[in-house]
Amino acid sequence: MENDKLIIGGHEFNSRFILGSGKYSLDLIKAAVENAGAEIITLALRRANSDVDNILNYIPEGVTLLPNTSGARNADEAVRIARLSRELGCGDFVKIEIMRDSKYLLPDNYETIRATEILAKEGFIVMPYMYPDLNVARDLKNAGAATIMPLGAPIGTNKGIVTKEFIKILIEEIDLPIIVDAGIGKPSQACEAMEMGAAAVMANTAIATAGNIPAMAEAFRKAIEAGRTAYLSGMGRVRDRAAASSPLTGFLHD
Amino acid sequence: MDELTNPELRINHMEYLPDMENIGSEIQDKVISAMESYDADKYTAEDVKAALEKDVLSLDDFGALLSPAALPMLEEIAQRAQLETRKHFGNSIQMFTPLYIANYCENYCIYCGFNCHNKIHRAKLNAEEIEKEMKAIAETGLEEVLILTGESKKMSSVEYIGEACKIAKKYFKVIGLEVYPMNTDEYHYLHECGADYVTVFQETYDSDKYETLHLAGHKRIFPYRLNAQERAIRGGMRGVGFAALLGLSDFRKDAFAVGTHAYLIQQKYPHADIAFSCPRLRPIINNDKINPKDVHEPQLLQVMCAYRIFLPFASMTISTRECARFRDNSIKIAATKISAGVDVGIGGHGDNEKKGDEQFEISDGRNVKEVYEAIKAQGLQPVMSEYIYV
Repeated sequence: MENDKLIIGGHEFNSRFILGSGKYSLDLIKAAVENAGAEIITLALRRANSDVDNILNYIPEGVTLLPNTSGARNADEAVRIARLSRELGCGDFVKIEIMRDSKYLLPDNYETIRATEILAKEGFIVMPYMYPDLNVARDLKNAGAATIMPLGAPIGTNKGIVTKEFIKILIEEIDLPIIVDAGIGKPSQACEAMEMGAAAVMANTAIATAGNIPAMAEAFRKAIEAGRTAYLSGMGRVRDRAAASSPLTGFLHD
Repeated sequence: MDELTNPELRINHMEYLPDMENIGSEIQDKVISAMESYDADKYTAEDVKAALEKDVLSLDDFGALLSPAALPMLEEIAQRAQLETRKHFGNSIQMFTPLYIANYCENYCIYCGFNCHNKIHRAKLNAEEIEKEMKAIAETGLEEVLILTGESKKMSSVEYIGEACKIAKKYFKVIGLEVYPMNTDEYHYLHECGADYVTVFQETYDSDKYETLHLAGHKRIFPYRLNAQERAIRGGMRGVGFAALLGLSDFRKDAFAVGTHAYLIQQKYPHADIAFSCPRLRPIINNDKINPKDVHEPQLLQVMCAYRIFLPFASMTISTRECARFRDNSIKIAATKISAGVDVGIGGHGDNEKKGDEQFEISDGRNVKEVYEAIKAQGLQPVMSEYIYV
């Protein structure tokens, strides 16, 4: 298990916890990153270009930036934001977030496929946020996505992995890291995602709304590590039904 | 003799003038009929509790939160509102400032300092003066500006406002407008010039009351104003803001109408950003006869919390009409946006000389740095902009 690396677009990471940065005080980012052991931190590009308190100045060195395109309502806007992100020196990673709904902030899968195709061709390491749909995940893979980031529940709801059965299908069928994004509200839910075989977990609101942000970041790290270890250890079978005391196939040996 | 003393001089406030685009009244009809059937007194404490227990509130639940029965439960309501605010916005508080570029007005609104019969010092900044003002504002660190004019299309034409937007684009990331309502193509033009947010205060959704307060001018035409947000979205604006001047009429009905209006617009245009402003007419202090329709601070907070819980994703601005104490506390609970370094006259930022008079008196004169520090002192994060014009 020591060589258990998360590989995204050819880059290796030891941590499987992707931390959000958008909903808490800038001066807590460093402590959160450290306690989370996070090597990737997301940031909304729309917040990155500020003279006063530029969020980029608060992100510790050595951490990989994952700019997102939140605010984009279609593929063209996402592409423009991604290109701007590159110009600003935020690197080649990009998390595509395209929402046409200001209420639930659900991703637009169709536009996300379009943006993924364009940006992957331009050499971006594209990590699309999506509603877990197997056909869309296949299209995203074919379009050049580096990972798939299905939502567990609507952003900010802390409801846990309500799309569990669909994420399981993606984990089963798609040969890319599946990173559960959005909706995870508690460390136990992050652990559950990892036990299922998710490659990583992304959390923001759950950390940002905690009473002690660095401590909650640490709790998540431990839960994610525990879930990963459990997954790699081969989970013990939990029977859904009792085994029949008289075997049904015994007659074959009579 | 004018429209005030002789009602016969007043034009029909429900009829569009020839140059006004009519996009139909489907949303308006729904808002007005919802407001008319809203009976704030029918709700009980049980209704309020039931509403607070729901994940997603119906219009009727929203009505319960606005009712007199909810006022004794303001603490619980504020707790829920805070939860929603933090869930959707984290601890970010956006900062901005309004810039009044002209105060000419053709309307006769009997409660307003800018109204055309008031003998105030009128002025309009030219391009060079606008640039000087904006530069001075940008130097304070702000990245969002709200451009305002008095409502005179003749004196502050769409092209004039467009030029101001183009200048603003050089200095700011976010440009909002609070100007007279206009047609879809005009909103489209201003969007092209760089503006992306439009706020229109309906003042009151009670058209009979509206008629008695807005005696002349374009603003008198009630439906044209009510449908401004929809035209703005059709013109390509990213977001629209809603407000009633609480206290002009029955504030509970008006707040109910504001929420209903925002809700219906969001349903019809789900990509649009929705925002609330919460201006009020201040009650006269030490008035013996307490008017149940007066909007004191608890009532104002109640309205803000009801907006927040009903449409938790909407941004909410707290005005400098309120004092620093109320403003600083409201951003802990429901408001997500606060102005700073405000001057409601024409000109006067930085070392620039003031050219025209103020629309109203402000109650929080703190500069950008002071408001910034006040936000941080509460453990909140001031954010200058969370936005890219794409």
